[in-house]
Amino acid sequence: MAETTKEMKVVFERPHALLPVVTNYCPGCTHGIVNRLVAEVIDELGVEGKTVGIAPVGCSVMAYDFFACDMIEAAHGRAPAVATAVKRVHPDNVVFAYQGDGDLASIGMAETVHAATRGENITVIFINNAIYGMTGGQMAPTSLPNQITQTSPYGRDVSKAGYPVRVCELLSTLDGVAYLERVTVDTPKSVRNAKKAIRKAFDTQIAKKGYSLVEVVSTCPTNWGLTPSEAFAWMRENMLPYYPLGVYKDVVADGYANAAEAALDRAKDCPLVVPSEEGSNS
Amino acid sequence: MCAHVPRCGHYGGEVEDMAEKVLMKGNEALAESAMRAGCRFFFGYPITPQTELAAYMAKRMPYVGGTYLQAESEIAAINMVYGAAAAGARVMTSSSSPGVSLKSEGISYMAGADLPGLIINVQRGGPGLGGIQPSQSDYWQATRAMGHGDFHCIVFAPSTVQEMCDLAYGAFDIADKYRNPVMILADGMLGQMMEPVELPKMIDPKTLPEKDWATTGHGDKREHNVINSLYLTADHLEKLNQARFEKYARVEAEEQRSESYLCDDADIIVVAFGASSRVARSAVNTAREQGIKVGLFRPITLWPFPKVALEETCSHAKAYLSVEMNMGQMIDDVKLVVAGRAPVEFYGRTGGVIPTPNEVLTKIKEMQASLIGKAGE
Amino acid sequence: MPRVSVDEGFCKGCGNCVDACPVSIMELAMDRITPKGYHPAQCVDQEKCIGCCSCALMCPDVAITVER
Repeated sequence: MAETTKEMKVVFERPHALLPVVTNYCPGCTHGIVNRLVAEVIDELGVEGKTVGIAPVGCSVMAYDFFACDMIEAAHGRAPAVATAVKRVHPDNVVFAYQGDGDLASIGMAETVHAATRGENITVIFINNAIYGMTGGQMAPTSLPNQITQTSPYGRDVSKAGYPVRVCELLSTLDGVAYLERVTVDTPKSVRNAKKAIRKAFDTQIAKKGYSLVEVVSTCPTNWGLTPSEAFAWMRENMLPYYPLGVYKDVVADGYANAAEAALDRAKDCPLVVPSEEGSNS
Repeated sequence: MCAHVPRCGHYGGEVEDMAEKVLMKGNEALAESAMRAGCRFFFGYPITPQTELAAYMAKRMPYVGGTYLQAESEIAAINMVYGAAAAGARVMTSSSSPGVSLKSEGISYMAGADLPGLIINVQRGGPGLGGIQPSQSDYWQATRAMGHGDFHCIVFAPSTVQEMCDLAYGAFDIADKYRNPVMILADGMLGQMMEPVELPKMIDPKTLPEKDWATTGHGDKREHNVINSLYLTADHLEKLNQARFEKYARVEAEEQRSESYLCDDADIIVVAFGASSRVARSAVNTAREQGIKVGLFRPITLWPFPKVALEETCSHAKAYLSVEMNMGQMIDDVKLVVAGRAPVEFYGRTGGVIPTPNEVLTKIKEMQASLIGKAGE
Repeated sequence: MPRVSVDEGFCKGCGNCVDACPVSIMELAMDRITPKGYHPAQCVDQEKCIGCCSCALMCPDVAITVER
C-alpha cells in the first residue's frame, strides 16, 4: 500500500491561483468551473504575480476573495473601464475582467463596446446564463424570447421587452477586437475546450494583439428552477441554438499579426487611415 | 504626432523642472500643475466649460510620458480613475456639473475602497442641463452628497488662476495621505480667465512613495491585495464606516483652510468662495473706502468647512453675508458656525449670472444701515 | 491504480461528477450531510476508476483531487 502511494501522482488538484475558499456559488453553478479554468490558465502561464483581476457585480461579485492574484471589485458594469486603466498604468500586467450577462451586456454595454473598440489589451471572461442570478432571477439582456423569469413572468415578450443581445456577434464587428470565442462547460470535453479558449485569450493579451473575450454559455440551476443536470440539458436545447458555439473573431487565424493590422487592412481605401509612402502630410 | 505641437501646450516653455511664471487660463494652469504633481493619467469626457483642461491634457500628456484617454462617458472616465488609483497611480478627471453627477457613482466607490484621486468640477448652472455659464450651484453636491453612502470628499475652492495651480499641486498629496478622493470645485469663470501664474516644479512620479496596498500584481512577494467596497456583514461595514469617519475627524482637525481679509475689526463679515469671493472682495474694498467695517472670509476648503477660523470672527462680528453664485447653499454652513449669534443674510445670483461688486455693495450698505438702526433703538 | 478523493468541506453535492463519470463510480452519499448541509459526493468503487478526471473537470467547487 505504501509503495503504491509513493508512485501515485496528483493529476488534478486545485490550481494555485484559486484560493482554498468555499465560494458563494450555488451547487452546480458553472461560475465555479470557469473560475477554476481561469486560475488554471494563470498557473500554466506562470503569471499570478503580475495578474490583476476585476470582479463584477453579480453572482461572481466575490471573485476577489477566490482568485489569488491582486483583485479589484468594480461597480456594476464598469469592469472594462477599470481594467482599461489598470492596463494603462501597468502595461506589462495581465489584466482580466470577469463579468456576467447583466453586468457586461446591460448596464456595462457602453464600457464593454468601447473597451473592445479601443482594442484594450485586456481579457474578458463573460458568463452568459440568460438571467440575473444574484438578485434572484430577473430577465437579463441575454434571456431568450419566451424565457420565464421573475420579471418576465409570462415569458420574455419580444414585442415589449425586445430581443436578446448576442455579444460575440456584436463585438465581432469592432476593429479593436483580436479574439472572440463562445464556449460552454456542460461536459468534460467542453470544459477542456473552454480552457483552451481562455488560454488563447490570455495568450492574445500577453502577445499584445488586442482585446480578447471568451463567452461561456452557462447555467443557473437555482433561478431556472432546475437541477444542475436538467439545467445543462435546457441550456443545450435552448441556449446553444440561439448562441452558437465557435470562434467569432481571430485576427491571427485571418492572417494578421494583431487587431491593429486587421483594422488597417479593413480601412485600406481610406487615405486618412492608411499612411502614404511619403510619410505624414504635416 | 505633428512636429509643431509645442512641448508645453500654451506657453511653449522648454524647462519643465524649474518654477516659472507664465500667463495661462485657469483650466490650463490646473492641468499643467497636476502633471507637475506627478499625475500621468487623465481620463475625461468632453463637456463645457472644462473643455480647455482636457484639451490641454490631450496635448501635453504625450510629452511627459503620460496617458490622456477620452472615455465613452463620464461614468467610464471616473471608473478608469478608480482603476488607475487602485493600480497605484496619481490620476485625475475633470468635468462640469452634469458630468459630475454621472461621476458620483465612481466617487462613492472610490471613497468606499479608500482610493485617492483628483476630480475637478468646473461648475456651470443647473439643475439638469442648466446652462454653460459659471455657477456655484454644486456646493451642496460637493460637500454633502458627492455620491451614495457615508463619506466625504475633501473639497478645495480656488479663487485665482494661481490657486487653481497650487491647490491642484497639493491635492494629490492630500488624497494620498488620507486615501480619499479630493475635489477641486472651480467654475467656468476661473477656468476660462487668464492670469499670471507661477508654475511649480515637475515631480517625477517614479520618485513618489510606493503604495503597498495597490493592485499592481503581487509578484509572488506578498498576499494578494484587494480593492473593494463590498461588505455584506452589517457589523463589518459599520466598523469600516466608523473608522473612515475617524479619518474624516483628522481631516477636519488638520486640513481646514481659509483666508480672512479685513476681518479683525469687521462688523459685517462677507463669506464667499471661488469666483464670487473675487466679486465680494471688490465690494468689501469699496465699502471700506466708504467707512464701513466689513471683511471677507473666504473658505478655501469647503469640506472640511473652515469652522475654527470663522468661529473666531463670531466674538466681534455683528452680521454675516453669504455671497454665492447659487440660490444659497454655503449659507447653511455659515449658519451652523454662527449658530444664531448674529444674523446671516444671503446675496446671490444663479443660472450662470455673476453678481456685480455693486450689487454686493448695495447689500452690505443695507445691512450696515440695519445695524445702525438697531444700535439707535 | 487511480484514486479520486472528495474534500467534503468544499463539495456542495451538485451531482455534476456523478453525471460525468464514465464508469459510474461517483454517487452522492444520501446517508450523511456535510456541515453546510449537502449530501457529499463519494467514489464508491476506487478499483474501477480510470483516472480520466471527468469528475474533477465538472466539479464547480474544486472539491475533487485525482491521483494516479
